[in-house]
Amino acid sequence: MSGKRILIVGATSAIAEATARLFAARGDALYLLARDRARAHAIAQDLKVRGATTVHSAELDVADFSAHARAIERAFAAMDGLDIALIAHGTLPNQARCDMDIDYALREFAVNGTSTIALSNLIAQKLQAQGHGMLAVISSVAGDRGRAGNYLYGAAKAAVSTYLSGLRQRLNKQGVNVLTIKPGFVDTPMTAQFKKGALWATPEAVARGIMRAMDRRRSVAYLPPFWWVIMAVIRAVPEFVFRRMKL
Amino acid sequence: MASMMPSWGRYPPARQHVLRVHDRFAPLPHFEGHALPRGNGRSYGDVCLDDGGTLLDARGLDRFIEFEANNGVLRCEAGVLLSEILELCVPRGWFLPVVPGTRFVTVGGAIANDVHGKNHHRVGSFGCCLRAFELLRSDDTRKICSREENPDWFAATIGGLGLTGLITWAELQLQPLRNAWFDTETVRYDTLEDFFALSDESAEAWDYTVAWVDCTARGKALGRGVFSRGNHAYIAPHAREPHEGRLKIPFTPPFSLVNGASLRAFNALHFRRAPRTVRRATQHYRPWLFPLDGIRNWNRMYGPRGFLQYQCVLPPHVARDATRELLERIAASGTGSFLAVLKQFGTIASPGLLSFPRPGTTLALDFANRGRGTFELLDKLDETVAAAGGAVYPAKDARLTGVRFRQYFPAWRQFSEFIDPAFSSGFWRRVVQ
Ligand SMILES: Cc1cc2nc3c(=O)[nH]c(=O)nc-3n(C[C@H](O)[C@H](O)[C@H](O)COP(=O)(O)OP(=O)(O)OC[C@H]3O[C@@H](n4cnc5c(N)ncnc54)[C@H](O)[C@@H]3O)c2cc1C
Ligand SMILES: NC(=O)c1ccc[n+]([C@@H]2O[C@H](COP(=O)([O-])OP(=O)(O)OC[C@H]3O[C@@H](n4cnc5c(N)ncnc54)[C@H](OP(=O)(O)O)[C@@H]3O)[C@@H](O)[C@H]2O)c1
Repeated sequence: MSGKRILIVGATSAIAEATARLFAARGDALYLLARDRARAHAIAQDLKVRGATTVHSAELDVADFSAHARAIERAFAAMDGLDIALIAHGTLPNQARCDMDIDYALREFAVNGTSTIALSNLIAQKLQAQGHGMLAVISSVAGDRGRAGNYLYGAAKAAVSTYLSGLRQRLNKQGVNVLTIKPGFVDTPMTAQFKKGALWATPEAVARGIMRAMDRRRSVAYLPPFWWVIMAVIRAVPEFVFRRMKL
Repeated sequence: MASMMPSWGRYPPARQHVLRVHDRFAPLPHFEGHALPRGNGRSYGDVCLDDGGTLLDARGLDRFIEFEANNGVLRCEAGVLLSEILELCVPRGWFLPVVPGTRFVTVGGAIANDVHGKNHHRVGSFGCCLRAFELLRSDDTRKICSREENPDWFAATIGGLGLTGLITWAELQLQPLRNAWFDTETVRYDTLEDFFALSDESAEAWDYTVAWVDCTARGKALGRGVFSRGNHAYIAPHAREPHEGRLKIPFTPPFSLVNGASLRAFNALHFRRAPRTVRRATQHYRPWLFPLDGIRNWNRMYGPRGFLQYQCVLPPHVARDATRELLERIAASGTGSFLAVLKQFGTIASPGLLSFPRPGTTLALDFANRGRGTFELLDKLDETVAAAGGAVYPAKDARLTGVRFRQYFPAWRQFSEFIDPAFSSGFWRRVVQ
């Protein structure tokens, strides 16, 4: 078979869409899960024109945990197994509101952390049973260290990154690769309200980085790669200094 | 967030909020005051600016919807670039019937300015290959427009300068293609008369024709230049696709690199280097149709004050004299550009109400913005164009007076009934005053 079979969760994400176009251009088959039906359908049509062999799309709100198993089950069945699963959904919670409203904070944690862990778990079981495949998950550099400005989001991404690190070890001998993607600042709808500077990347550039990391079966990919240096420095700052810093 | 987002000529300055549109099913984003759709900002002046208002950046509407590979009908969202369409359809044996001199324009922008290419005499303007589109208005109503359905809205929106509403998607009729190459001929010519002779002689057998003119030449040499013509090649050469240059002007120099000395030197050199007798070559469509796309951000070379482009069309019966008069005025001023372009438009009428292309001769060239002198010269050129019964191209304009605009586009009053009450542009406010 020529093309790969690919599942994308949160397929309406700008980064996911840019990545999906690269898959489509090389003739892969895609299965899209997203909560917005109309937009997922529009993306499916686009990918088809761009060269994807087949594209299915189905609805999934990741906050509805009870729907996960069936959605994943169906995807594997429709595609007759998967080569790559990419989990891309996410939100950028308002930290000030998280500080005052714990129900909101926990809901946001569920979307960015718990749901991603749950879906990773389900997909990993399936890939393990297949004996091959790749699970790629978009975490974030924000998970490398908690900052006052977005530590609820950072904590959820940290949970995801740590979970994936363990999962990678567990599946190491099983033919399944786990890729943790850690983008820096990316110009997408999620970050529409921010002023953009030199550190900002386009979703297309990040998508190319994701493809490269997948092709090389990498474990962790900072995107663009210079974020690895920035985060190494930020992680190295001792906590007694970090607490006084404004980042 | 207020943003600069200048137009291609980087004049006039404008500040506007930018809201991105990604979802063709969603209503327009909420804005205060007036707004204007924005494509890829390749218009030179203020038809793509809305100082003090909001730009609805439609580049995010960049999805293909359907491509019927058997009959070449392509439906896509309005923010798709023509370059993206070409990358998709050329390998599959289809071509865009109409492309402007840069391929980095959106479908929405190509409709709103009803753009034309070097083959206008054969196929007409962009509106001629347009089958249908959807228009989204600020009151959240949607209209499908085609020659059959809402034909009045179809006509008003083609060349409608973004004022009739946001185009969300469009359906185009592509043209079958054998390969990505052009059979071309290039020859230098010595007088303006020769240009007209070459154009007449080429119109039948050549689909694409255009001339570069030496805008610094005077006297007997006035109008001299290099004529090029091309047809889609029957047989592709055994050559590899050329690599597009990664040349780029990385920053804006503090002053214009285009001045009297560089202008004369470049133009003379360019003329001398051109072949005296017809030179044949097979060229890939990219460098041949879009030579300027090889140098990214070339507009920066005019420095921080930016530049103005002037493009006009002159009706056939007066074209020779009026063109001569314009070239004389320009040469006498000692300003002008490296690339002045002369072309004969054909007679195929566009469905657009406010379309610029019409039968006659079109002349286009850039002027570094040197303040008053530049504007006075352009006003002078307008005297010639108005007396000849011609018109100036809004897509390139940043200074036309209301009087002139209404003279050039008498349908403006009829058009204004189709304007979305929440939409406006710098250009429109200027020309209806
Ligand atoms: C190097 C160069 C060469 C050129 N050569 C030619 C040429 O040969 N022939 C020619 O005709 N033109 C030419 N042009 C001009 C260019 O083709 C037009 O200005 C074109 O309209 C630019 O498209 P854009 O996507 O950049 O739109 P913009 O410049 O951003 O906008 C143009 C107009 O389209 C409207 N608009 C954009 N998107 C939408 C939408 N979705 N819905 C409704 N309205 C919308 C805007 O409101 C504005 O009025 C050239 C420009 C350059 C820079
Ligand atoms: N942008 C950045 O700077 C940046 C940096 C680091 C990491 N990331 C991560 O990159 C990933 C992609 O984000 P993006 O930048 O591409 O932003 P985006 O375009 O806003 O994408 C986020 C996606 O998540 C989806 N989503 C949110 N809640 C959901 C739910 N309950 N169920 C299903 N889908 C849901 C959204 O769906 P709707 O379209 O329906 O809202 C949207 O498609 C995210 O995991 C994000 O955390 C982004």
